[in-house]
Amino acid sequence: MHAENIPSLTVRKAADLLASREASSTELTNAVLNRISRVEETIRAFVTVTKDMAIKQADQADARIATGNAHQLTGIPMQLKDNMCTRGISTTCSSLMLKTYLPTYDATVTKRLFDEGAVLIGKGNLDEFAMGSSTENSAFFPTHNPWDGERVPGGSSGGPAAAVAAGECIYALGSDTGGSIRQPASFCGIVGLKPTYGVVSRYGLVAFASSLDQIGPLTKDVTDAAIVLNTIAGHDPHDSTSIPFDVPDYTAALGKEIKGLKIGIPKEYFVEGVQPEVRDAVNVAISVFENLGASVSETSLPTSSHAMAVYYIIAPSEASANLARYDGVKYGYSAADTGRMWDALDKTRQDGFGPEVKRRIMLGTYALSTGYYDAYYLKAQKVRTLIRREFDQAFDKFDAIVTPTTPTVGFKLGEKTSDPVQMYLNDIFTQPANIAGIPAISVPCGIADGLPIGLQIMTNHMAEDTLLQLAYAYEQATEWHLEHPQI
Amino acid sequence: MRLTSDEVKHVAHLARLGMSDDETELMRDQLSNILEQFKSLEQVDTKNIEPTGHSANLQSVMRDDTVEPSRPKKEILKNAPQVEDEFIRIRAVLE
Repeated sequence: MHAENIPSLTVRKAADLLASREASSTELTNAVLNRISRVEETIRAFVTVTKDMAIKQADQADARIATGNAHQLTGIPMQLKDNMCTRGISTTCSSLMLKTYLPTYDATVTKRLFDEGAVLIGKGNLDEFAMGSSTENSAFFPTHNPWDGERVPGGSSGGPAAAVAAGECIYALGSDTGGSIRQPASFCGIVGLKPTYGVVSRYGLVAFASSLDQIGPLTKDVTDAAIVLNTIAGHDPHDSTSIPFDVPDYTAALGKEIKGLKIGIPKEYFVEGVQPEVRDAVNVAISVFENLGASVSETSLPTSSHAMAVYYIIAPSEASANLARYDGVKYGYSAADTGRMWDALDKTRQDGFGPEVKRRIMLGTYALSTGYYDAYYLKAQKVRTLIRREFDQAFDKFDAIVTPTTPTVGFKLGEKTSDPVQMYLNDIFTQPANIAGIPAISVPCGIADGLPIGLQIMTNHMAEDTLLQLAYAYEQATEWHLEHPQI
Repeated sequence: MRLTSDEVKHVAHLARLGMSDDETELMRDQLSNILEQFKSLEQVDTKNIEPTGHSANLQSVMRDDTVEPSRPKKEILKNAPQVEDEFIRIRAVLE
């Protein structure tokens, strides 16, 4: 097992190697650790590398494989975004506030992966508390795009996306509140899936905007996304917004013909501001669907254009409430140099949070405050109803909606840090799916100037099967998923 | 709409967020620019439209109230900034 092979090694192939005893989990894990020691200095995708734990879990996985009791994810090294709780292992949210925090329990996703014998290789860097689109808001360091070190990997799951693309893990889990899985997947040339809200438990995911947050896989291809979703999806009594349903085998949708499926192309997603190369690549991708027998027609989602305003009212409002818990009393950073309670609280939050987190707490507090609640928060919730209704109506006519994932390819580090509004515009195509609660996936669909382009597919609530079916059909008809960065 | 410095200070107080004068001024500019983006919502007719809180269509989710062991005290106390004996120490609330 050579470290150089890791960037192209999928979960499915790795599982085959382990099952046929061509490689052990220990060999695979060591190869990934070698790869990390070689490239991590330039990528910086990890807040923590859990080497000792990985070696121990790999050893346990080998024992399990030997008994013939292995699962597809047994023994395969993965990274978790550092906002998912891991018992006794630092979970920082890339914030000074939680720099020393050691969770006393595992998130449900962590537990499900561990139960199947997964190997945790480390915790992935993110924009502080998952607020951002470039991973530059990490309080520790920015992550670099494996395709071009001067470019951002996207965010907020920039660490997980970069780690998968650079071969520092076989797959990763990210969280997506307004595009935080799909946008970095797009920038890093990999597959990123945000499931229907409620399909994956949020228990143990450090809360940002609870009505929008959803965990999902970042993988090298669509098959891997289906495999990982099989394990993490399902009802959880610990999350009251988790949907009770029987989890299907998501891989069953792969390889089914897409002939006759109806795809809508919303004209609002091809407006000015979309990079010409991105528009062209997506148009070529649309013709691939047509060639495979899908029927494609233009449609309109006019209320979608208000998604950004809705998102930047609802998400900060929920965040301002969720982040009220950081008071420097029970856990986390605490300003030591003052004795009075209120002063200490002010100081703890002033020093513990970074600029973007403070901006969003302020924005949310403002939108919820007396005199502004109706004009901002309530108004946004009503427009949310309209956006959701618009998608419901679209899915009466179409099986899927196809758009670019992002208006541009990955931008340069520092290019948008001084202007929050410019940074926010990155997620205009991904936010509507969170607002409506529907599943969406980004798959690689081109390369412009050496940087990957992402294609977004959205389907109706709980229609992950159709989503994966279409994404897989597209992937198999093209070769973009076989491109890897040269590092 | 432009916020005043006093408005920013008031919101910072509500959020219990200490803020220097420089931070207040930067925040005033940035928040004002962001609020400007929200103006587009005024064009949307939301008469008789119910608000959506979240998209999962679930209501009053209950589970059995079963007795389970609490998480280990030692691990919880390990995270606390100030500990005294087996307790989390807090700052004086009354003076």
